[in-house]
Amino acid sequence: MLEVEYLSVNYRGTWALEDVSLRLIPGELVGLIGPNGAGKSTLIKAILGLVPVHSGRVLFEGIPLQHQRQRVAYVPQRSQIDWDYPITAKSVVMMACTVSTGWFRKPDRQARSRVRSALERVEMLNLSHRQIGELSAGQQQRVFLARALAQQADLFLFDEPFTGIDKKTEAILLRLFAELRSNGKTLLICSHEWGNSLDRYDRLLLLNQRLLANGDPKTVMTLDNIQRAYGENLQPSTNGHVEMPFFC
Amino acid sequence: MLSWLLDPLNYEFMRNAIVTGILIGILCPVVGSFLIVQRMAILGDVIAHAILPGLVIANFLGIEIILGAFVFGMLSTSIIAWIRAQSRVKIDAAMALIFASFFALGVSLMTVLDTRLDLHEILLGDILSVRASDIWRTSIVALVILLLIMLFYKELLFYTFDKIGAEAAGLPVNALHVGLMAGITLTLIAGMKIVGVILVVSLLVGPATTAYLLVKELHWMMAVGAGLGVIASVVGMYISYYLDLPSGPAIALTVFGLFVLALLFSPSQGILTRSRFMKLPKH
Repeated sequence: MLEVEYLSVNYRGTWALEDVSLRLIPGELVGLIGPNGAGKSTLIKAILGLVPVHSGRVLFEGIPLQHQRQRVAYVPQRSQIDWDYPITAKSVVMMACTVSTGWFRKPDRQARSRVRSALERVEMLNLSHRQIGELSAGQQQRVFLARALAQQADLFLFDEPFTGIDKKTEAILLRLFAELRSNGKTLLICSHEWGNSLDRYDRLLLLNQRLLANGDPKTVMTLDNIQRAYGENLQPSTNGHVEMPFFC
Repeated sequence: MLSWLLDPLNYEFMRNAIVTGILIGILCPVVGSFLIVQRMAILGDVIAHAILPGLVIANFLGIEIILGAFVFGMLSTSIIAWIRAQSRVKIDAAMALIFASFFALGVSLMTVLDTRLDLHEILLGDILSVRASDIWRTSIVALVILLLIMLFYKELLFYTFDKIGAEAAGLPVNALHVGLMAGITLTLIAGMKIVGVILVVSLLVGPATTAYLLVKELHWMMAVGAGLGVIASVVGMYISYYLDLPSGPAIALTVFGLFVLALLFSPSQGILTRSRFMKLPKH
């Protein structure tokens, strides 16, 4: 179980996160939603220990997560990566084995077979020799998913995995999320999805500097909660659903 | 033709310069590749200029000039990183400021302190100044840096491709950054003798950028870049010998000539050739 306790992050005088506490349980698919600038990416980075934390702590199975980073797989936002970098899809997935292989060593046969099987699971084995810039956005996302799989982690943190991808990639992502969930892995997906697709999550966390709501999608996506997160100008449409074309 | 090639080799200074040029031609593109893929190519230029005060002070104190240059090279990158972390000033502005300030300090110190350094030689390189001892020094620097890059290649690849991912995975990213900066600084110091501080960035960035247009993996970018670096160094040295040009500009212009060729004729990315190599449809 991942426990985040009273996490606060201050960025040059502005509070990016205030007193965020949450728990993630193995075998659960949790969505992290909120408006642009709400601190979703910051929360993921703070959990990983990548941004200075003002106060609070992050424990995974009772031990600070900082001390067991190999157990966390992190899939960054697309914009964080230079897609012109001279590297093939296979070499990106191989990075999953960098830390476990250790200094001064080359990945062994076991690591190479892990990489191969991860590429197979995301249906990218036949394109693994391609330079990453030669792949479509969906294929690029699958490469990073394969990297997370090859790491054989217990906690998975995804930053906007559904942005700009095709239907096939979305189906592969959802299938693998379901597999990981049934294998007792812990999954947190930061997303700016909207509408019915939010029903795919077991639980939603609604964030805007503070954690505004935490529960199953129906109880979180109430008009009151959404207006607290996104502002007062949101009105329910005639069919009773909350309409909002842009919110990221 | 053969005598055209062999004549310059009758002179010891040319033999020294060519051996050093080959070593630098290999080392610079390998190290420079890491700067290019991080979009930090201009940092090479900044460090090359920032080492000037170190050269002057070391010469004045009579200590090893590599030491002085290294201290100031590392100091300049640390100050840039510090300004970036502590304020909203962007990296390009910080680099431009440190570049000019350190260089100004170097020129001022050169005037104030009574040193026997020749500014023209430092700025543009001089093959006549290459001694046998420089070959040893360059060989050791090149060997150590290349060995370290081989040993830490997979970590450096991860770090330069995806810094946040590398940190999340638990790699010591700060140590890797400092190590990389140290390697770049030492490479620039080694290259300075032949190409000069103003133009050493040409060997650091040019051959590797040319290779970037030809290959699709970092280690191939380094290998092809090293080959091109050697060609540019040696060809540039011959041009320097026969046309009586300073070696730095001769090498830098050769580097640029190779780049233009790749830009136009690279099989996959050349402006004149790429349409023939249709990419497979994306799906």
